[in-house]
Amino acid sequence: MSEPMEHVPTVIVDNVHLTYKVAGRHARRGGPAALRRMVTREQRPGMREIKAVRGVSLVAWRGEAIGLIGPNGSGKSTLLRAIAGLMPPEQGAIYTLGQPSLLGVAAALMNDMTGDRNIVLGCLAMGMTPAEVREHYDAICEFAGIGDFIALPMNTYSSGMAARLRFAIAATKSHDVLLIDEALATGDAEFRRRSEGRIRELRAQAGTVFLVSHSLGVVRETCQRAIWLEKGIIVADGEAEAVVDAYEARHDPDALAVRLAAAKAGGKMRVVDEPSAI
Amino acid sequence: MTDVQAGSAQRPEVDVSRLVAQYGLKRAGARPNIVDYTRQLWGRRHFMGEFSRANSAVGYSRSTLGQAWQVLTPLLNATVYYLIFGVLIGTKRGVHNYIAFLVIGIFIFTFTQSSMIDGARAISSNLGLTRVLHFPRAVLPVSSTLVALRQLLISLIVLIPIVLITGERPRLSWLLLVPVIALQALFCLGIACAIARIGAKVPDTSQILPFVMRTWLYASGVFYSISAFTKHRGHLVKMLLQINPGGVYVELARNALLKSPPPLPHYEWLYAVGWALVALIGGYAFFWQAEEQYGRV
Repeated sequence: MSEPMEHVPTVIVDNVHLTYKVAGRHARRGGPAALRRMVTREQRPGMREIKAVRGVSLVAWRGEAIGLIGPNGSGKSTLLRAIAGLMPPEQGAIYTLGQPSLLGVAAALMNDMTGDRNIVLGCLAMGMTPAEVREHYDAICEFAGIGDFIALPMNTYSSGMAARLRFAIAATKSHDVLLIDEALATGDAEFRRRSEGRIRELRAQAGTVFLVSHSLGVVRETCQRAIWLEKGIIVADGEAEAVVDAYEARHDPDALAVRLAAAKAGGKMRVVDEPSAI
Repeated sequence: MTDVQAGSAQRPEVDVSRLVAQYGLKRAGARPNIVDYTRQLWGRRHFMGEFSRANSAVGYSRSTLGQAWQVLTPLLNATVYYLIFGVLIGTKRGVHNYIAFLVIGIFIFTFTQSSMIDGARAISSNLGLTRVLHFPRAVLPVSSTLVALRQLLISLIVLIPIVLITGERPRLSWLLLVPVIALQALFCLGIACAIARIGAKVPDTSQILPFVMRTWLYASGVFYSISAFTKHRGHLVKMLLQINPGGVYVELARNALLKSPPPLPHYEWLYAVGWALVALIGGYAFFWQAEEQYGRV
């Protein structure tokens, strides 16, 4: 991988631990217990901590598109939420240049409202002026490509259509840091191709893009760097092709494939930790 | 492979603090100071206007009569309360034009009430939005207050004819309604911000709030005249009822619109200004303090 052009860091993740607190099976719930806790200010008993990310460090540079890969529950989405500033790290710190925008699959905009209302409101919420919204409106409609559905409430949309519209809105502005969480997974092939093009454009506009995807093909095509997470720890970080190859090999049951792939990749990637040792 | 190595399971092999300082990176999710925050909020004014407009419309989108409910709801409310308090119980004792007196009270207090109830849900009912887009979260309680204000202004369309039919004549003092509603709006904005933070932290707020609001409604002299009620009561009761912000704006609005309203207690305008400032500054600062926590689950 060549050196990023100006070498400006946009995201620095410094030894970050992220923890979810959830009520475990034996947690005492219900009114009296809750009231007592309020009075005594005691921690909820039976609260379990789920360590989603355990000591991750990385630096993302301007102009990079980074794919985050890993099995379900490996902490990819959690890490994105933390970079977006929506979740405080338990330990460590995250610094960003500009305001990162998170584009996730679970996120609905305003379900009761029509698509065109959502476009206007979404753009205004991102801080555009009404004039800028008018200017971009047609382009967004066209990019989303959902036709007459634009005049219907979003709760009538299929998940794919909703994802297309959300992506179209968020991709209007050139973000300093755009975090995409499986947002393209529900789109069809044609939309995926267009959004991949858009991601490349955003990257060219000197932003940084993080992409979480289970579709390894998308990561290969849109990202030049990939980070492989497993159980909250970075397994490998490097050139997308090499990391994805290694990831694929790992999920062949043969663990040796990791080292084989690493060897094949030569100096392009470094195996940080053996997945079996985690 | 210098930059590739930077990402690893160990600490990055870069000087984090130097990079942060050199390129001016900010801690993710950090809350800006209150001045910058207010500036950002002002930058979203078009969003707040559009969002509240859309929300007022969406509330009635599933009903057959649609937007007509914005007028019908206050009208029906006024009718019900008139039948109960005016006809059945007969609380109109000592009040000259009871229908107008009652309707003004209900419409003005409803503004306070909906600001509180919608404010408590401002964050939780817009989680989708807060998880996708980054904006100062105060946008949400401000918008919910604007929805309630819009509802009040629509209610005035019903109110003015009622006041005229019941025998009032337009007078110059009607213009005083403008500062009354303006001050009440500031007050409502403040309490909406405060309750929005509480509602975001304690989801049960929405369950408790209707009872709190009903108690407040009965204590605010909406159905009876506070001055008549407190004539033979102790000094403390009198003072508490007169200083109660729920009643202050109601009394002032009646004073502006009615020809012979119950006597206005001293310092009522002072209370109105005081409550508006205290609620706005306190509520807004209280909301801003927890900015980093909204939308986190």
